[in-house]
Amino acid sequence: MATQRKRHALSTRMWHWINLVSLVILFMSGLGISNAHRRLYWGDWGFDKADAWLHVPFFPGWMTIPSTYSLAQSRDWHVLFALVFAFSLAAFMLASVLNGHFRRDLTTRLADYRPAHVWADIRAHLKLKFEHAGSKFNFLQKVAYAKVIFILLPLMIFTGMAISPGMNAAFPWLLDLLGGRQSARSIHFLCAWALVIFMIGHVLLVLLSGPLKQMRAMITGGADDAAA
Amino acid sequence: MQRRNLLAAMAAAFLTGCSKIGESAWFGALVDGAESWHRGLHRGLGFGRIQMAPEFDRSEVSPFFRGNGNTEVDSDDYRAHLANGFTDWRFTVTGLVDNPLALSLAEMKALRQRTQVTRHDCVEGWSAIAEWTGPQLSEILALAGVQPGARYVVFRCADSFRQGPYYESCDMDDALHPQTILAHTMNGADLPELNGAPLRLRIERQLGYKHAKYLTGIELVTSLDDIGLGQGGYWEDHVGYQWYAGI
Repeated sequence: MATQRKRHALSTRMWHWINLVSLVILFMSGLGISNAHRRLYWGDWGFDKADAWLHVPFFPGWMTIPSTYSLAQSRDWHVLFALVFAFSLAAFMLASVLNGHFRRDLTTRLADYRPAHVWADIRAHLKLKFEHAGSKFNFLQKVAYAKVIFILLPLMIFTGMAISPGMNAAFPWLLDLLGGRQSARSIHFLCAWALVIFMIGHVLLVLLSGPLKQMRAMITGGADDAAA
Repeated sequence: MQRRNLLAAMAAAFLTGCSKIGESAWFGALVDGAESWHRGLHRGLGFGRIQMAPEFDRSEVSPFFRGNGNTEVDSDDYRAHLANGFTDWRFTVTGLVDNPLALSLAEMKALRQRTQVTRHDCVEGWSAIAEWTGPQLSEILALAGVQPGARYVVFRCADSFRQGPYYESCDMDDALHPQTILAHTMNGADLPELNGAPLRLRIERQLGYKHAKYLTGIELVTSLDDIGLGQGGYWEDHVGYQWYAGI
């Protein structure tokens, strides 16, 4: 073969970095919006202390965009990057279906869920052994990436849409699905923090598995060892 | 230690960058563009049908309806109207109309009424549900006869904040929407002062700050440029809230 296939396709790399910027801005502006009303509720409505299931702490300036409280400006950033986030995810998904990335790298088989197999994968992780022949990602990686890409990120978009009164009129079924606007708002908040937990794990594992090589691969594409 | 300093410096640079960008004119234009994209998506995803905000059963009304913004009106004129039950209150329709109107509450209650149980969403994040009754704005606009050049409805209010009287505005799409009503009754009783007596706007596909309270009248205009500071509403003018509050 004259050309070696890259480890990460151009569409994957572009999305990865656009998505990182979008998520950081959405998260930090989201914390600014959270400061405007620091309580979460279940169901359709809620405004009182007594209705809340969670009292959210005040997020300090270094965690929010902008760094001084402005609900209007936080919303501006959030509303703008919500579009970048949603449309780049849609484009990445379309590209990854077409170029086979999802089918090749993210699908798991029933046999992969055998306890012995899962346990072997966990042991390998604990020993910091990340080499695995045959496929690009190991089982835990596939499950984690698939959960984020197909569940967590879409859920962020749909719960965000369900908080919008204009979208409620367009897609009233979204609210029925999510159990009301205040439930959607709570799930939006929980998923945002779940993404933070994923990101910590993700960055930690990159640092443990040759950060320079990993970064280079996500920027230039790198070489695909598995396909060689 | 060095790495931590680097990270802290990067975070600080990022935040400074964000605030610089936030103040720039091109970012403002980008945000305005995003606002119209959202609005376009909201309208477009209805695929031509009249998009109704969700309505609820009377049993789902929340036990108390929180008042936000101004919860009372501090003017002698308003206190006098409140004391005599708003019998002399007039709701005026002016601007680009064939027949300017000055309607009493009794006249407004004599029009065809719409009752709807809807959810009110504050921009801050909380929600409350109440039942509202009043004439549709479209009915009043038909009475007044809207002239062809009219593109926006400006809502005038009796309450003021530090920088002037409250006001709001919407386009004709929202003005003529079936759920856009001028409510005089909440949960079967006269609208209390807390929630905007004697009249408040219900514009159900948008956030709470669009639902102007203590209404004294409306004005039909071609452009919002000469109203207030030109952004289409008190909070839009003074703290930068988005004019389209459907997001």
